[in-house]
Amino acid sequence: MSGIEFIPMGHSEKPPRAVWLAPLTVVLGSLMTLLPVVAVVPFLPPFGLMVLLGWRMVRGDSMRVWVPVLLGFFDDMVSGQPLGSAMLLWTLCVLAIDVLDTRLVWRDFWQDWLIASGAIGFCLIAGRLIASPFGSHVDTALLLQLVTSAALFPLIYRLCAWFDSDVRKH
Amino acid sequence: MAPPRNRRPGFSRRAQYGLFIGYVGAAAGALIGAVLLLLSTFNPPAFAAVRSVFAEVTTPVASGLDWVRRSLGSIPAGIGSYFAVHGENARLKKQIADDAIAVSRAQTLDQENRRLRALVKLRDVTTDAIVAARLVNSSSSSTRRFATLNAGSWQGVKRGQPVRDPTGLIGQVIETSPNSARVLLLVDPESIVPVRRSRDGLPAIASGRGDGLIDIRSASVASMGFRVGDAFVTSGTGGVFSPNIPVARVIRTQGDIAIAQPVANPDALDFALVQQTFLPEPTPTPSPSATASPQPAP
Repeated sequence: MSGIEFIPMGHSEKPPRAVWLAPLTVVLGSLMTLLPVVAVVPFLPPFGLMVLLGWRMVRGDSMRVWVPVLLGFFDDMVSGQPLGSAMLLWTLCVLAIDVLDTRLVWRDFWQDWLIASGAIGFCLIAGRLIASPFGSHVDTALLLQLVTSAALFPLIYRLCAWFDSDVRKH
Repeated sequence: MAPPRNRRPGFSRRAQYGLFIGYVGAAAGALIGAVLLLLSTFNPPAFAAVRSVFAEVTTPVASGLDWVRRSLGSIPAGIGSYFAVHGENARLKKQIADDAIAVSRAQTLDQENRRLRALVKLRDVTTDAIVAARLVNSSSSSTRRFATLNAGSWQGVKRGQPVRDPTGLIGQVIETSPNSARVLLLVDPESIVPVRRSRDGLPAIASGRGDGLIDIRSASVASMGFRVGDAFVTSGTGGVFSPNIPVARVIRTQGDIAIAQPVANPDALDFALVQQTFLPEPTPTPSPSATASPQPAP
């Protein structure tokens, strides 16, 4: 068979699997907190947010723009942050990326990485300010967590691109 | 990356309105998130019921993962003990012979002790453990320090009960659901425990720092200064934690504040013991104003 798929007249294309796989992988990313480790410092990168940003960068139309509200609600339920923090911060990040899309129209991986790192940093720092008292000594651990998350983001990006590989790219 | 395709979805009004309503929904969702955030900031246990529903589903999964971790962790020790078993056998035989004398002496002392205790009618204050369960996961990605206990209200766990292990205090139960409970660890930035110095009974307050250590502040007027190595145990003040549970040991001092290392490591423990609250909560006295004062007629 050649690589060209035959679609009869009047039939629409099969929807890409990103439609259901994207929310599912974000939920699985949030569930990484079920790892059987009782941590005394925050060390785990926010995988739910990273997968969400990965999908947003790899395939912008994989999720409706309001889906981060629901995904954030689930993340708040399992992450230990007060309810509403991921709902608010994740949605703000996605909306901000939508605005950036109209400004930086043509961009490559490096800019995607920079934007995602900025979004992760915003969510982590704002989450820390919301959840913990101002005087608590969590900032060193938070900085390490941020650097780890930014360094791991290309991996998540590749993973999302691999999940999305059922669609022919032009 | 090419420019996104969804900016203006053709000439279809329906598609354009759909996109617009999507953005309205996102903004409304963010607003709802902000409201919920304010509510949960000013009243932290507000959404405990919703959280407990999710905890009921996720805790069995976490318990399974915890079991896998423990099984894998015990493999190297198992192999090592297989090869060391001969040497160990010989060593133990020798030790039994050595211990026989000590055992007989201890038996005499035990009998004497029992007789003396019966004489003075001393009653042991036992703080019974309600349940022994495992801490299966924690909020590893958040700056707050919560852990999940895989026992809940069906096993008798109630809100406010202290959680400890044989070496020391771990934290306090703050939310319960039928089969799981949420434990606020000692090192959480919002955890506060009344303690006293084991050496001289100096009252102090142990509050979590968030980085795995504990701040100790003197609670008495005369700040006598802390020394490295001072051990602190719970004082029983406040009635939640029963007295004399080891809490922390000072590792350095900063002026009036001492920085201490918690005695119990929540990640290394086998079982966490949930204890009764030291003093039961006082029954609420009915306020006369609630029923006695009738509403003034308009």
